[in-house]
Amino acid sequence: MKIAVCVKHVPEGTKRIDPGTNRLDRGGEGALNPFDAHAVEEALRLKDAGGGGEVVLVSLGTTKAQDALRKALAMGADRAVLVTDEGAAGSDLVATSYALAKALERENADVVLFGQQASDSDGAVLWAAVADRLRLPVVSQAAEITHGDRKLTVKRQTEFGYDVIDAPTPAVVAVSDAINEPRYPSLKGIMGAKSKPQDEVSLSDLGVEAERAGEQGSRTEVYALNAPPARADSRRIEDDGNAAEQIVEFLAEKRLV
Amino acid sequence: MKPADFPPPFRAPEYVAVPSDPEGERIEVGVLVVGAGPAGLACAIRLGRLLADAPEIRERLGEVPVAVLEKGKAAGSHLLSGAVVNPRALRRLFKGRKRIEEMPFFGPVAHESVYMLTQRRALRIPTPPTMQNDGNYVASLSQLGRWLASEAEAEGAMILAETAAEKLLVDGGRVRGVRTGDKGRGRHGEELGNSEPGSDIVARVTVLAEGTQGHLTGVALDRFGLHGENPQVWALGVKEVWKVAKPLDRVIHTMGWPLRPQARYREFGGSFIYPMGDDMVTLGMVVGLDYRDAGLSVHDLLQQLKTHPFVRRILEGGERIAWGAKTIPEGGFLSVPRQLHAPGLLICGDGAGLVNVPALKGIHYAIESGALAAEATFAALRRGETPWRPGALAGYDEALQQSFVWSDLQEVRNMRQAFGRGFWLGGALAGMMTASRGRFPPGNARTEPDSEQQILPAERTSSYPAPDGRLTFDKLSSVFLSGNKTRDDQPNHIVLRREVPRELAMLWENMCPAQVYEAVEHGVDVTPSNCVQCGAITAKGGRLTPPEGGSGPEYTLT
Amino acid sequence: MTSTLVFLEHHGDEILKGPLGVLSKSASLGDGEVNAVVTGSGVRALAGQAGAFGAARVYVADDAALEAPLSQPRVDVLARLVRDKGIETVLFANSVLAADVAAGLAARLEAGLNWDLTDIARENGKLVGKRPALQDSVYVDVGWKSEPRLALFRSGSFDPVASDGGSAQVEDVAVSLEDFSTAARMVERAHEESEGPSIEDADVVVAGGRGLGGPENFTLVEELAKALGGAVGATRAVVDAGWYPYSTQVGQTGKTVSPKLYIACGISGAIQHKVGMQASGVVVAINKDPNAPIFEFADLGVVGDVHQVVPKLTELVKQRKGG
Repeated sequence: MKIAVCVKHVPEGTKRIDPGTNRLDRGGEGALNPFDAHAVEEALRLKDAGGGGEVVLVSLGTTKAQDALRKALAMGADRAVLVTDEGAAGSDLVATSYALAKALERENADVVLFGQQASDSDGAVLWAAVADRLRLPVVSQAAEITHGDRKLTVKRQTEFGYDVIDAPTPAVVAVSDAINEPRYPSLKGIMGAKSKPQDEVSLSDLGVEAERAGEQGSRTEVYALNAPPARADSRRIEDDGNAAEQIVEFLAEKRLV
Repeated sequence: MKPADFPPPFRAPEYVAVPSDPEGERIEVGVLVVGAGPAGLACAIRLGRLLADAPEIRERLGEVPVAVLEKGKAAGSHLLSGAVVNPRALRRLFKGRKRIEEMPFFGPVAHESVYMLTQRRALRIPTPPTMQNDGNYVASLSQLGRWLASEAEAEGAMILAETAAEKLLVDGGRVRGVRTGDKGRGRHGEELGNSEPGSDIVARVTVLAEGTQGHLTGVALDRFGLHGENPQVWALGVKEVWKVAKPLDRVIHTMGWPLRPQARYREFGGSFIYPMGDDMVTLGMVVGLDYRDAGLSVHDLLQQLKTHPFVRRILEGGERIAWGAKTIPEGGFLSVPRQLHAPGLLICGDGAGLVNVPALKGIHYAIESGALAAEATFAALRRGETPWRPGALAGYDEALQQSFVWSDLQEVRNMRQAFGRGFWLGGALAGMMTASRGRFPPGNARTEPDSEQQILPAERTSSYPAPDGRLTFDKLSSVFLSGNKTRDDQPNHIVLRREVPRELAMLWENMCPAQVYEAVEHGVDVTPSNCVQCGAITAKGGRLTPPEGGSGPEYTLT
Repeated sequence: MTSTLVFLEHHGDEILKGPLGVLSKSASLGDGEVNAVVTGSGVRALAGQAGAFGAARVYVADDAALEAPLSQPRVDVLARLVRDKGIETVLFANSVLAADVAAGLAARLEAGLNWDLTDIARENGKLVGKRPALQDSVYVDVGWKSEPRLALFRSGSFDPVASDGGSAQVEDVAVSLEDFSTAARMVERAHEESEGPSIEDADVVVAGGRGLGGPENFTLVEELAKALGGAVGATRAVVDAGWYPYSTQVGQTGKTVSPKLYIACGISGAIQHKVGMQASGVVVAINKDPNAPIFEFADLGVVGDVHQVVPKLTELVKQRKGG
């Protein structure tokens, strides 16, 4: 069984927006996106449960991403493919999903995994876009995956509880952080990672046309940065016996109760 | 009452073991360096160069000729210093290959001034000769460490980060390597779902370059009876990095306020304020841990320092962007272990106490000692020699004693102790020592361990400024800024007596810059996940051991 | 004239509040024709609800194949609708389902998708989305280079406002689905969780800290959470002390939550906690220490004893909801 895991290298430390490009400053130290660690872990479990196979990491980023990929290789993944190309800088969902889909097509995996943040505040929604391009079934918020006979049975966590969904393979699944506890790489794993294949491919290697990549290939743009809207003046009261009533009044005013 | 009355239940022998992993599972490397700081990385770089020219030796060292263990998240994550670096050792290490201009410094020291502060004023005093920084360079040690790490990797070293060395492997009187710490254990030591046991790493030579309060260094000094004439003593430094509106044009050191000069308080130290390029400034407060007032908090003294008009002006319009804390060994020459080698073992850098206190310099000694350790190791790896034969590594001590490290430290050997007599007398004695290049006063002064200092009831706490979130800050937000996001449910890595009298608990609570300790009814409560591993607790009655690899601060600018 | 389409998700026989809020917002922009689409099986009756909140026309895609809340068949339906009707802007309210539909649609139509938006406006002739970034410390203005434009709003960004326009026109749309869209099959459908919402999904979180005094006082927090239909949270300090389980820890080393209402009981508000809840809509803090840092970012700060204030608050809330 071949499992592809899409991983991302994210900036660490104090995040800043680069005033020149209005985009996240990816210059500093970075690390494997913690949510992707769950996806790598799940891939390794599926591979073990299935009695073997290959776990290949696919990433789109700068060469700094090799560090993040090495960490995932140390966990036990077999191989990494990094799509790195200056022409990819500034890619939005449309451009990124296109490049990733092209990279994944070459791999022809049975299962493609993504990591997904539980509360989607910062989350990307890449998997559904990639799945559409690959014309594969997609299930997100997976809290449990079981590999059956040429299908995956996925327990999906929604606002209303858990669904159980069957998807025939090949399929795309985005895993939530509730699915597993990622393993610590063993020292042998860390040392062995350096000798595992880490390929770098360019956009043209993948057949991605220049106009469909980077800022050119993006359909969204950033205009400006602003300070957050002023929070309404905060109020302070001292309890003299009827704080509770005042709180209820306040909540009612805000239509929260 | 003193902290030493309540010693921690720490037993060094518990951290010495024979290799226990089955042979096939042990990790074998040629030379193992513990600590990716300036000493360890200099060792790896020098060794890499020597091995590059001796392929037959290199081949005998196996697949991983040189491995460097680092307990922090990456090289640099646990590195912190002022710092003004003497480039001498770096020039030698990179001779013919890299110039100082190619190294990540923030420029040479252009001007410097020393001030004596009172509550409101800053009086310029002549720079003491020991402190002159002509020809030196301002650096962020964390950044320098990252750069040295990439150089070490370019020379073929394998850096294994997030890996703590927990036990020293000793077999038949010789050091075989280290055992790394377990990962994935819970608060009470239980194995969690994804727990990963540590591994035995065996090597022909083990070089301990763990820095201040090095865990296995302390264990090794005990095991092989290597302690120096005087016990080691430490200072605690707490520093911040600020983005500033106007560039600072000079390196500044201050003495005096807010420290008290009277001998009974034993408040030895001062502050540093260094420019980091045109738009950043780093400033820190360094205080000897032989202080006595239970209310003394170096973090809060730093906050107080910033309210002085002289300092406030420098930071005006600026923004705090980094914070951290670390101890500095201050015992000097007489506290250096009597021998820095044992069969299969070498000790370098701050772990060996190679710090020139009056000059505030240790980084170039660390680098030089690392390079010398590499040379001694290389000599012991040649055909016909066994590195673990007793005395095979004695060349290291010999070379160190011939080097500028030794002569520098010897000259200033009594200076720190002089300040135990109070600021003014100490200053006078220091002046005499400098003028006589260490010959006067003659003899060797004693030091007392920091934990043997009597505790005075807290006097200081009322004078600390309340944090305003713009100029002055509380400890918890500072810990946050250090990048510390240690897992909460780890086992407690701090060995300490919990049931202690209130004065001692208060001493610890105020001492710790990261708010790890809290005085409670029965004694003291510990929140180990706040710990930035500065090491102060080891000086004052407890014992710091390394937590799970990858824990602690993630310094980048310190 | 621009035409907008709002994706209306439903659960049972109610359209969810989130999409209704987005619909109200779209109608209020007064920016051309506002259409809505409902997808499912036996959902025609929902069309009326859509009209009440500002839709001029409601497209109904009613088909057994759309019964289960799966995203890919909906991508097929919306893609066809957008192409056939020349829709320029498609709006979604975030949910597990809606996010997947929006992203799939973006790929299908090669259309720009901006997500995690909290507002949208027309500025200088362009449609501009507003989204928070860097843990809500900055706001970014984002836009689209072409049409159709897709926008995914943070859940709860807008309140549904009943419009006083007439009822909407209802139009049935034919449903034709791709093979790969119908490959995934719902085997078991989710049912309401009986214990209340999970902390990440809850609209209301009531959290307790050391100021509660002891683990037994967590019942105060639980009662208030229950009365408000919310989840219970805890600080690192009390979890460390064993008062409450780690799964409820909010903060840097715990969970990050962004409910509409966060009530902090006996919590000092150290930054390690703050970063886990600072994106909350409204923050009410009750603490007897007037210098507690939490008062610097609470919308309503109450200096008082939690043991007095919280039980009374619970009573009043119960009365309001029950009576």
